Amino acid sequence: MSWPTIKLEKRLPPPVWFQVLTPVIAVFISLLISAIFILILGKNPITAFYYILKGSIGTWFAFKEMLVKAAPLILTGVAVAIAFIAKYWNIGAEGQLYAGALAAAWIGMLNLPLPKPVYILLVITVGFIAGAIWSGIPGYLKAKLKVDDVVTTLLMNYIMIYTVSALLNGPWRNPVTMYPSSTPIAQNARFPIIIPRSRVHFGLIISLLAVLFMYFLVRKTKLGFEIRATGANPSAAKFLGIDTIKSIIVISIISGGIAGLAGVGEVAGVHYHLIRGLSPGYGYSGIIIAMLGRLNSIGVLLAAIYFAIIINGAQFMSITLNIPSYIATVIQGITLIVMLAMLLLFEYRIKIGRSK
Amino acid sequence: MEKEKIVEMRNIRKTFLNNVANNNINFVVYKGEIVSLLGENGAGKTTLMKILYGMYTKDSGEIFVNGKKVEINSPKDAIALGIGMVHQHFTLVRTLTVLENVILGLPSPKGINLDFDYARKRLQEIIQRYGLVVNPDAKIWQLSVGERQRVEIIKALYRNINVLILDEPTAVLTPQEVEELFKTLRIFKKEGKSIVFISHKLEEVMEISDRIVILRNGVVTGERRKEETNARELARLMVGREVIEVLREKTSVTEKSPLLKVEGLKALNDKNLVALKGISFSVNKGEILGVAGVAGNGQRELEDVICGVRKPISGHIFLDKDEISGRSPKEIIRLGVGRIPEDRMESGLILDLPLYENLVIEFYDKPPFSKGMLINYKSIKRFAQKLIKEYRIKTASIDVKTRTLSGGNLQKVILARVLSQSPKFIIASQPTRGLDVGAMEYIHEKLLEARNNGAGILLISEDLHEVLNLSDRIMVMYEGEIMGIIDRSKEKVDIEELGLMMAGAKRRKVS
Repeated sequence: MSWPTIKLEKRLPPPVWFQVLTPVIAVFISLLISAIFILILGKNPITAFYYILKGSIGTWFAFKEMLVKAAPLILTGVAVAIAFIAKYWNIGAEGQLYAGALAAAWIGMLNLPLPKPVYILLVITVGFIAGAIWSGIPGYLKAKLKVDDVVTTLLMNYIMIYTVSALLNGPWRNPVTMYPSSTPIAQNARFPIIIPRSRVHFGLIISLLAVLFMYFLVRKTKLGFEIRATGANPSAAKFLGIDTIKSIIVISIISGGIAGLAGVGEVAGVHYHLIRGLSPGYGYSGIIIAMLGRLNSIGVLLAAIYFAIIINGAQFMSITLNIPSYIATVIQGITLIVMLAMLLLFEYRIKIGRSK
Repeated sequence: MEKEKIVEMRNIRKTFLNNVANNNINFVVYKGEIVSLLGENGAGKTTLMKILYGMYTKDSGEIFVNGKKVEINSPKDAIALGIGMVHQHFTLVRTLTVLENVILGLPSPKGINLDFDYARKRLQEIIQRYGLVVNPDAKIWQLSVGERQRVEIIKALYRNINVLILDEPTAVLTPQEVEELFKTLRIFKKEGKSIVFISHKLEEVMEISDRIVILRNGVVTGERRKEETNARELARLMVGREVIEVLREKTSVTEKSPLLKVEGLKALNDKNLVALKGISFSVNKGEILGVAGVAGNGQRELEDVICGVRKPISGHIFLDKDEISGRSPKEIIRLGVGRIPEDRMESGLILDLPLYENLVIEFYDKPPFSKGMLINYKSIKRFAQKLIKEYRIKTASIDVKTRTLSGGNLQKVILARVLSQSPKFIIASQPTRGLDVGAMEYIHEKLLEARNNGAGILLISEDLHEVLNLSDRIMVMYEGEIMGIIDRSKEKVDIEELGLMMAGAKRRKVS
């Protein structure tokens, strides 16, 4: 009896230009694979991809809607990317987003007598803090007690999502409509619209600032160096005098805060109240965006825009071609798997042989 | 009288890259004997036995078992031939019971159902016959290290082996446990089983073996029956005669003032056993104190404690007036300690960061390299350029990933980083291991230069040549204790005596 054996062997990394191109290749391969699914549904994939583009950037209106979608994706992408650089495996951007949304809605519903800029600043600050706390807890547990961060961040998503659900079905239920959604937030707490006659709101500017912040943090600051060192080799970093515990805790707080801002934007910029299903998985998409963007600020920005195109375009395509819009989720998932496979193949080659 | 040969290995050769681990070794195991493989670390003892056990493939040579030529390609083959091995690091599943671990991987007589009753009966037999006391239903994680070793031995016996290889079995045991183990081994011998005992400890080897084969640098340097030899001779065979003393210029620092003082230092190793048993010594300004000793006798823990990555359980280390034991690496660096760690790839450098960052990583947060929260990469790069020129570090640029540099250049990166801060005290552990002669000489030169400029240096090395070449005084460590300190300004080094101290067979009074 003999089984073929599959072994991974170390290899030299490919040249830099190839590494830069990887995400592009990954996107291409994932679209090819997705095409198979569209074919199975009996539709022409080329038509499908045409409608995806048409529905997301084909018209000025669609383009503006794409930007609305891009704002939270950029934020969760940045949040996850800076965490992953430190190897703080923050799978909890979704929960942190809801924490930020919850806090923003709470402050917004208080109807405080504040001028608009001040009120908005307050909503942003509190939303950031809420996300920061929700991520800081698993960050602290990881840094101090070596509790597995993948498990804690993931499970804390559910705690937050169900907490929001409980609030919306209980004390915060809208007394007029009886829908599980909160009452609207104060006018002065709402983000301004930055492109007239659209839903594009101030949150997009925040998200672009976050990209800038990430670039600056990683390339110019001590903390950026510390998280890169901690992520690359925690025990060596510790030996060389870097406070790896502090680095992880600080970056977990910042990461969660930025994810919280995505929630703030959805409440204060799009819906104006807290609703169930506020996020169609922006936090999880952020993980894929961070990986596809290779944990690089500009890469994350581009990957988030790509995802916004896919998500919005798939909706349009599904209506036009009568394909389930879940195809967008399928494309996202395939993209992540292809990207991870490619990153693995950077370092290893697969060797198939026969065992004796 | 000619005894029956169970195993014969002929002309075994094994190389790792350019390193010859076994150079045409001949080795025989007779029926019913205990044969020791004696040698320093890296002598090739474990490699030879891993070839016999099918874990490594030999480059050339032949193996005969019971007179028949065999090919051993895996431990499975070895076990089928009646050869078992207990490794230094155990291979047990922590969450399973002793019984489960013993039968793991064996075909069951009941087919798909495990026959626990039968296994338990056999296990009990083995336990009683050989005095290997252990509870069959205990989970491995609940057992002490000594008990785990017994499980490993039981595992081998359960597979009906005739030759048992034990790789440094006493390294993890308490003295009482060693006695128990030796009792068991003598029962094996009485039953006609053979034992290969890998060790570097002379006393144990003299106590348990019938025959001793000594290895050095991949070749057999001697074979003795126990009756015809003594510890002194074995020490000489193990360490070698050809060690030539190189006389170095005298240090330029004349006044002898202690710089680093270690007092009653006690520390545990990673297995929570006492690795440093309350040692005291000092390093003077402008001298190199070399630490000789076989690896695993507390040197690593001493290094860790001085470097700030292991907390001692008691004792003090003073650098001038400052207590450094128990402080963080950063504080220790700031107090003027330069650290050249044994593990340059995993501790001394972060290989995935660019070279220029590794050149400042121990002090990137000091001016002029940073200001407030910001890092000044311009000044870092300027500094890095200067260092690679000054220390002749070969690299395409300072922007490459550090991983792309060769071993010798990696060590130069650490050296450049450390010496650029003009440390008062330097700890250098295995500073030239694995390096070519050119890089080695360069590093020796730089260390001597630092000494002549008044730095105190603690040099930990398994390479006796290196210790003899560089040290003003030599301190020998064995089992977490200091066996003696040889002051070379007062006496010549007696190589045999050094070997005896390294193997734990002689102890001097340490003043």
